[in-house]
Amino acid sequence: MVALQILIDGFAVSALYALGAIGFTLIFGVSGVLNLSHGALMVAAAVAAWAANGDLLVGNYAGAVFGVGVSLALALLTYAFIVRPIQRSQAIRNEEREIFILTATLLWGIVIQELIAYLYTSNAKTVLPIVEGVVAILGVRTPTNEIFTAVVCWGAIALLWFLVNRTRTGKAVLAASMNPRGVTLLGIELAWIYIAVWAIYGVLAGIAGVLLGMFLGVSSYSVGPLTASAFSIVVLGGLGSVSGSLIAAYVVGYLETLTAYLVSPAYRTIPALLLLVAVMYVRPRGLLGRR
Amino acid sequence: MCARAGSLGDGRPMPRLSVREMSFAAIIVVALAAALPFFVSDYVLGVLTPGFYIAVFAMAWDLLFGFANEVNFGPTFLIGLGAYAAGIIDNRLGWAIWLCVAAGTAAAVAGGLVLALPALRVRGPYFGLTTLVAVLILSNLIVVFADLTGGEIGLTVPDVISIDAHANYWIALGFMSASGAILFALSRSPMGLILQASGQDAVQAGALGFNVTKHKLAAFTISAFFSGLAGALYVFYLGAASVGTLVDVTVGVQVIIAAVLGGRRTILGAALGAIFLIGATEALRPLGELATLVVSAVALLIVLFFPNGLIALIARVGGRA
Repeated sequence: MVALQILIDGFAVSALYALGAIGFTLIFGVSGVLNLSHGALMVAAAVAAWAANGDLLVGNYAGAVFGVGVSLALALLTYAFIVRPIQRSQAIRNEEREIFILTATLLWGIVIQELIAYLYTSNAKTVLPIVEGVVAILGVRTPTNEIFTAVVCWGAIALLWFLVNRTRTGKAVLAASMNPRGVTLLGIELAWIYIAVWAIYGVLAGIAGVLLGMFLGVSSYSVGPLTASAFSIVVLGGLGSVSGSLIAAYVVGYLETLTAYLVSPAYRTIPALLLLVAVMYVRPRGLLGRR
Repeated sequence: MCARAGSLGDGRPMPRLSVREMSFAAIIVVALAAALPFFVSDYVLGVLTPGFYIAVFAMAWDLLFGFANEVNFGPTFLIGLGAYAAGIIDNRLGWAIWLCVAAGTAAAVAGGLVLALPALRVRGPYFGLTTLVAVLILSNLIVVFADLTGGEIGLTVPDVISIDAHANYWIALGFMSASGAILFALSRSPMGLILQASGQDAVQAGALGFNVTKHKLAAFTISAFFSGLAGALYVFYLGAASVGTLVDVTVGVQVIIAAVLGGRRTILGAALGAIFLIGATEALRPLGELATLVVSAVALLIVLFFPNGLIALIARVGGRA
């Protein structure tokens, strides 16, 4: 019974982790940027959905869409005003760009986090779930929302797969992650690809954020841990590898759920962290890393 | 000064300050700071004293980042190890303060070595993540072993260095000045140059016959030494240790912001940035919750528009005068 419960809970949590991390890895794969304001985007989406529903009474669906929209806007802002200026700056030496992007996105994340805390306090907020009720799966009472979360996450991941592998824009994005110069030689404007990738990323992070808000609830304190967990999943799976991130998300999700059920919720994150250190020792490039 | 000068945002070369000029300016600033307790209230001293300890954290971090080009996301791993080891020993065994501080420093150096050996095999973001994970593990362990560490409530330390605000201020100032002088001298020594070279191009530095790993390990150890020492002393100033003030990732972020804000690869800039950050946060306290927002936004603007930091701004103004 407990085993089945772990299986079901772990699946939903892992799907959420996967969706959260996949955008993060996409950005890294295409433009080599590690966006440390990732958690802030997710929380902003959830809080926006919560506020739109609570203050403007727009309803659950419109609230969720609004949340995703806010995340999309923030992702584009991050690219336009934080990442791109640093990539183009004459005053920063090439080998230092990475650390400047890390520092600047980190600060940007703190700015968003503090703004949320100022406007809507740092209390935990739970977005009203779109679907309610409980169903029994083989005798395990499972909230419908949990199933909904897993379905939407996998739907979004499937859509992303379709977009990248089957559409023209997606193929251009894929090509840019392999060889940016080659793409420009084919007459494709690289600038548009980056904007497209950041837009996709914003939507993915937004969906993940809103779902997280419905599933577990968020507060402005979740910003740091969310960024850290996306970062660890992505590194565990191998930076830039989408399928690696999916596997890593499930490894981490199940490890955490197992620990929470069998040992104690207080130790939830420890085994995953130790695993990460072990992988660093043995296989620094991650599970499916290319380098 | 270092072999290459950076350039300012508008493309003009950064005015160079010689070692002599910088030392001279630093001595004047320290002398003025030492006289401060006779003119200002204990409240101002109470703001500046923690600032001096955080300045040491930032300078130790800059040695690793600015020179060895390694992003250590976990400065608080080393700080926390030093602080908690010293605090626990004082709490449990009641050793003399200086023995506790020495033990704390030793713990930080040992922990630094354990972390550095695997961490230095990996590069860039992987190194950063390994150090970040170390902090998360440490803060989890502190909560798990709450009997020993006080867990989320914090650890109370029975002894303090002094209860006199003036004495505490001078001790902190003296410690910061001494650490700053040593770290600055190291950064300008042949070792600092080799670190810079290996940070920029590890392969070429290795081809020139320098043992890159050995030098990076040495930098990590020195950074751990000063972080641990500062952490241990800070505990005996605060009279308590808690995850929120010493280990949490946000504390580490503050150290990093301080160093980048002040001007990386300068050591002294890191101290400047830390004191500015603490002072600004305190000055903006009337804004309430907005204080952190404003400080982070200002830091972001400085990173974006003046990537060489406060010290370059000051050098430019000084160079013009």
